[in-house]
Amino acid sequence: MTERTPISTGSDWTFELIQDYDREIGRIAEGFGLDIYPNQIEIIAAEQMLDAYSSVGMPVGYNHWSYGKHFVSNEQHYRRGQMGLAYEIVINSDPCIAYLMEENTMTMQALVIAHACYGHNSFFKGNYLFRTWTDATSIIDYLVFAKNYIMKCEERYGVDEVELILDSCHALMNYGVDRYKRPYPISAAEEKQRQREREEYLQKQVNELWKTIPQMGGKKGADLTRRFPEEPQENLLYFIEKNAPLLESWQREVVRIVRKIAQYFYPQRQTQVMNEGWATFWHYTLLNQLYDEGKVTDGFMMEFLQSHTSVVYQPSFDSRYYSGINPYALGFNMMQDIRRICEKPTKEDKIWFPEIAGSDWKETLTFAMQNFKDESFVQQFMSPKVIRDFKFFSILDDDKEKELHITNIHDDPGYRDIREALSKQYNLSMNEPNIQVYNVNIRGDRSLTMRHVRHNRRPLDTESAEEVLKHLHRLWKFDVVLESVQDNTVMDTIKCGANGIEKKSPEKDSEEELSLIQRV
Amino acid sequence: MSYIVDRRLNGKNKSTVNRQRFLRRYRKHIKKAVDEAVTKRSITDLNSGESISIPRKDISEPFFHHGKGGKREMIHPGNKEFVSGDRVQRPQGGSGGGGGDGDASDSGEGVDEFVFQISQDEFLDFLFEDLELPNLVKRQLQGIESFKFVRAGVVNEGNPAKINVVRSMRQATSRRIALTSSSRRRLRIFEQQLQALQEQDSILRDKRKEQELEEEIAKLRRRIKKIPFVDTIDLRYNLHLKQPKPTSKAVMFCLMDVSGSMNQAMKDMAKRFFILLYMFLKRNYEKIEVVFIRHHTSAKEVDEEEFFYSRETGGTIVSSALKMMRDIMQERYPADEWNIYGAQASDGDNWNDDSPTCREILIKDILPQVQYYSYIEINPRRHQALWREYETIEATVEHFAMQQISDPGDIYPVFRELFQRKETKRAS
Repeated sequence: MTERTPISTGSDWTFELIQDYDREIGRIAEGFGLDIYPNQIEIIAAEQMLDAYSSVGMPVGYNHWSYGKHFVSNEQHYRRGQMGLAYEIVINSDPCIAYLMEENTMTMQALVIAHACYGHNSFFKGNYLFRTWTDATSIIDYLVFAKNYIMKCEERYGVDEVELILDSCHALMNYGVDRYKRPYPISAAEEKQRQREREEYLQKQVNELWKTIPQMGGKKGADLTRRFPEEPQENLLYFIEKNAPLLESWQREVVRIVRKIAQYFYPQRQTQVMNEGWATFWHYTLLNQLYDEGKVTDGFMMEFLQSHTSVVYQPSFDSRYYSGINPYALGFNMMQDIRRICEKPTKEDKIWFPEIAGSDWKETLTFAMQNFKDESFVQQFMSPKVIRDFKFFSILDDDKEKELHITNIHDDPGYRDIREALSKQYNLSMNEPNIQVYNVNIRGDRSLTMRHVRHNRRPLDTESAEEVLKHLHRLWKFDVVLESVQDNTVMDTIKCGANGIEKKSPEKDSEEELSLIQRV
Repeated sequence: MSYIVDRRLNGKNKSTVNRQRFLRRYRKHIKKAVDEAVTKRSITDLNSGESISIPRKDISEPFFHHGKGGKREMIHPGNKEFVSGDRVQRPQGGSGGGGGDGDASDSGEGVDEFVFQISQDEFLDFLFEDLELPNLVKRQLQGIESFKFVRAGVVNEGNPAKINVVRSMRQATSRRIALTSSSRRRLRIFEQQLQALQEQDSILRDKRKEQELEEEIAKLRRRIKKIPFVDTIDLRYNLHLKQPKPTSKAVMFCLMDVSGSMNQAMKDMAKRFFILLYMFLKRNYEKIEVVFIRHHTSAKEVDEEEFFYSRETGGTIVSSALKMMRDIMQERYPADEWNIYGAQASDGDNWNDDSPTCREILIKDILPQVQYYSYIEINPRRHQALWREYETIEATVEHFAMQQISDPGDIYPVFRELFQRKETKRAS
């Protein structure tokens, strides 16, 4: 046992102490080889945390009622004591900004520093998705640009006008990302400069597409068979920004802003388990190291462990606290498990993970952190031991059968299937309905047709789909059609035109009858 | 190395704008909830905010997601007794998947109402939205006796006590710079020439020129010195303007009939009305006093407790209360200092001979002095003499209003009607 020379003994923090802890934790992190952006630690009050919460954690953001809604409901829960505030918020930027709450004890501050400033921070810097999809150096600038731009639009065109466009864009936000292409990094200075040029250029392009003057010598017959776009488009907002016939240029810019921000958050949505798991693993490892070196007291460790345990708690499926798999718990256990496989592999591990059993754990973990997202991470690294520890089982819910079917449990025949199914569960493109722009009738009524391709016969939720179509119609301004396709046959059609929603499904319309559901 | 920044002093209310946007968007819902709340609330309870609930469906933001049906496989933790191949009943009411389903709350099936709190101020804002105090402006400009001084910049004239030293010195400095610059420039040139001359060998020196230069320099020095350090035109004075201070004091007279015919329920209704009026006035005036007068055959000024809860029996002479109000007004609340509001509640019973007297007192003594006078009759039955007398007043006097209330639900609508904005009020 080493001699204890703790950095502090009380539970109150001071700026000097935070600096001391940060220095110590940083030193240990460096020893473990964590590569990080510089840190900017900001101390804020609880009210400010509520503010930050409501604006999805971003330090600046444009104004919109939905943020107000979040704020109101968070505030309500917080005041009633139903919700503790997150101890930290960390922003993927360079320098990496982390918020520490004033009310935290010294132990919690140290925990947050280890978790956010070294855990999340190194993840942001290392993971391939963040590296390709986000530009940490310019995000804050871009948000400032966006806020100012939207403010200017509100001054010019009125709050209500802007709100309508934003509402519609928000409804399509999940469909504003390129899933496979790499976007250009965004930078505020360039953005401002280019914005005006783009305005003109875009409008020209749109005019080109929609011009009605007949072309000399054009063959009409050839055009009819060609679809526009030739390939289905997955990025609906991008498609609208570039092709919507009647949007004004400022409206296109607003669409673009929402799209860019959606794109920025896309990697976070894909790496929740890994990101939280990585950060939790490191706060656990770093603070334990700090304890082993005698820099913190036993009381500190007790408080830390108490908090850590509740963070990684996984209620069972039948508990009333259950709300899905806790990403902190799964991520942390998998990270710990990888380290275990590297350091003390069992016979089973050697069969399942021959290439990493017995390897250097730091290298293996870093490799995993850098090159995977939740889906592939689970597929690649989930060991039978983790499945057993969590007592995972899979349920098949088929609406054609009366009962639910337990397909697999945590036993030898089940491991692979469970791992496969869990991996799919983290595949965003499987969880979100696959909807793409299919065709635009450019020579006729300018209607926009989208296709939803059903997977496992899962239908769309019609009520919300109708609402979203109304929003889409607001942006496109001509008829919008959504076809739900299964095995290449159209099952349902929802159409939103100037008269409202029309629905059509093959089972019911034996006499080709259109039911006019709703008039606007 | 990490930077540590203390942001606690930065603005805390970054979300205020967004919150206001939210309230603005759901104005109609909130207004409805407030209107409902006020009829339900207990009488003394207008001092708190209100929790507003809006159907979650109305405020949800739609997005594409899967509906029920199809085939899906879900992984859940915490298996206890299942083995593979088991079949289990679908849980009742759940959307399938054995307990928590990731997007159950997203699809709006979880909680039906979105509940949040608005503050008392906001509550009252919504409550009294598009209501206004009649004749507020008139009295504010009339009979103004108090003034306050407000700063109104800097001027060229004024009395010495108000000299603005900094601005005066600034003027003086700039004047001196302006007036001496050409002299000083020449002075510099001459001095340079003189110096150049003096540096020459003494034999070569032009003594005459030297002397000329020295004289020139001395002349310029004198000229510069002559420019006064501070001149009267430099002086600047602070200006204070006398601004009329609108009277921010109001007094509210509550007159209530406590004769045998008024039962507790009727009194409760009257009380609600008085409280609404009180809250409303409170939002318009800094300071407000309330005078309670109750009457049967004779009137008495009482405190709040007694006003609402003690009970008397006997006949009714309304004019006694009006006389008392008149006397108190004369004695303690001169109309040029106070904004006076009168509210009278009664069940309409009165000695027949008394009603014309009431009318006379009102028209002659009270109405010219008050901002507004409202009469509510709490009476489900038909009107009596007092109502008819008052009707003649209403026809001629702008700031007199009367309404009938027959159950507690009427109070708020009647109140709104009495205080609706002018344009809509006298339409009929």
